[in-house]
Amino acid sequence: MILRIDNLVKHYGQVRAVDGLSLEIGQGEVLGLVGESGSGKSTVGKCVLRLTEPTSGTIELGGRDITHLSRRAMRPLRRDVHMVFQDPYSSLNPRFTIGQIVAEPLLRHKVAGRREVQERVSAMLEKVGLRQEMRSRHPHELSGGQRQRVGLARALIVEPKLVVADEPVSALDVSVQASVLNLITDLQRDMGFSCLFITHDLSVVEFLADRIAVMYLGRIVESGPTAEIFAAPRHPYTQALLSAAPVADPVRQRERRRIVLGGDVPSPVDPPAGCRFHTRCPLAYDACRTDEPPLRDPRGGDHPAACHLVTADRTPDAAAQ
Amino acid sequence: MTKLWRRFRKRPMPMTGLVLVVAFLLLALVGPLVTADPTQQDYLATLAPPSPAHLMGTDDLGRDAFARIAHGAQVSLQAGVLSTLLAMVVGIPIGLVAGFYRRWLDPVVMRLVDVTLAFPFLVFAVGLAAIIGPSLKGVVLALGFAQLPAVVRITRGEVLAVREMDYVDAAVADGAGDGHLIFRYVLPNCASPLIVQATVAIPAAIIGESTLSFLGLGVQPPTPSWGVMLTTAQQYLSDAPWLAVWPGLMIALATLGFNLLGDGLRDVLDPRSSR
Repeated sequence: MILRIDNLVKHYGQVRAVDGLSLEIGQGEVLGLVGESGSGKSTVGKCVLRLTEPTSGTIELGGRDITHLSRRAMRPLRRDVHMVFQDPYSSLNPRFTIGQIVAEPLLRHKVAGRREVQERVSAMLEKVGLRQEMRSRHPHELSGGQRQRVGLARALIVEPKLVVADEPVSALDVSVQASVLNLITDLQRDMGFSCLFITHDLSVVEFLADRIAVMYLGRIVESGPTAEIFAAPRHPYTQALLSAAPVADPVRQRERRRIVLGGDVPSPVDPPAGCRFHTRCPLAYDACRTDEPPLRDPRGGDHPAACHLVTADRTPDAAAQ
Repeated sequence: MTKLWRRFRKRPMPMTGLVLVVAFLLLALVGPLVTADPTQQDYLATLAPPSPAHLMGTDDLGRDAFARIAHGAQVSLQAGVLSTLLAMVVGIPIGLVAGFYRRWLDPVVMRLVDVTLAFPFLVFAVGLAAIIGPSLKGVVLALGFAQLPAVVRITRGEVLAVREMDYVDAAVADGAGDGHLIFRYVLPNCASPLIVQATVAIPAAIIGESTLSFLGLGVQPPTPSWGVMLTTAQQYLSDAPWLAVWPGLMIALATLGFNLLGDGLRDVLDPRSSR
């Protein structure tokens, strides 16, 4: 296991951003962490990089507990994990040139001599599809897509074992999204890093992720292999998410049954009792309002869902209501 | 550097400011060497109007006004630049540490700043000067400390804003230590407002020096200062109005020059404005 998160909790004052979340990422595995805005998915990423202090729980990186390491003690471990940020405009230091930005991780970890740094920066820029003359440019001279390539180059130059990608394409134009996604896919196959890919858009991770974990109000409600999640989602929330994605085939698009969830995500300051999803679930019954369903797979497989209605021989169908 | 200069040169207002500031510096540095003794009295030519012998006329004791303006420029320059430098050297580190580390230090520093900011700049400076005692050194110290709370507040506010930027998180993920973060990421991105603050503060301090000297709390006669000259001139406004015009004009031009230069520097130093 590269990353093991157990019962992670992060509260910002009254706000329970992450409230008891567990997940694992294996060597070379890509996990898509999917959820609406406000579900706490970005906070998970920040905790993994220890950019914020977890309230409780444990985070193990490469078998080592990093949950409460000091900033200083964390520094050498930062060679193993880096991050791609959502906003390509604020994630690059405006005072640095592209060459300086990409070279920073190498220089901070003192893993390469001056000459080697230059060579590795050149090689990395080529890998992410940026021309060498970009090196002397400043971030404000680049487009959003180019900047996100710079962010990728910076994250990958020390060849980390794990990359946290926090909505890396959601701030980009749709026309650019695909090319950056393809680049991430290619680089991941090429370099073999594990990846925690955070997104609100299921279709983004469909072809990239090995497994998918769906988050709702600070917890995981369902996880499993990508193909299984897409073919046979078990949790009503996942079913609703999937039904919201348009289909590129007009005939099937017309036949598509959409599950429209009522209302908004409840406040993470005071999450609902019982199943956190019961306020919006079309299938909720009495037990859902009082008993919190555990995240488990009653069929003994690798596809747990936190729903009372998922049993060994039955899967709820939110669209039937 | 040459690129910055090329961008700067094309703008008329900052160039006007630069010309004025350079003229002011020349007057302050070279003027005293080439003009007459500013304390040399000539009772045969008191309150004389401008003439080839006395370019700006003479005052009530027959002293050459041009020589006094030139020597006064030196006093103004010292008071303006040294006090601002003092405020920056002391204030920026305090603001950086308070804004970057927060904890208990930030509220303590900020409440102290609030208290001192409650006093208007000149009132604060006058009070400090009265405590320190009238002299050029006293003026520099008083004006420097009077500027301090504004510098601390601006620095701290900028640090708070910059600290929230993703590139600071990215630098932490790069493996940067606190020193590297502060000096290569936070401070450079706070620099623009501080440079602007400095160029606003220098002319304010020049006016402050004149005010303190005018009130008798600053440079003491017979040492020439623009403020001291104004004090004298007000008694002879009807007989020799030019005596008030010269120091007043100099204060206005020096202030204007620094302000224009500051605006220009801010625009040029910010890489985002170079599209």
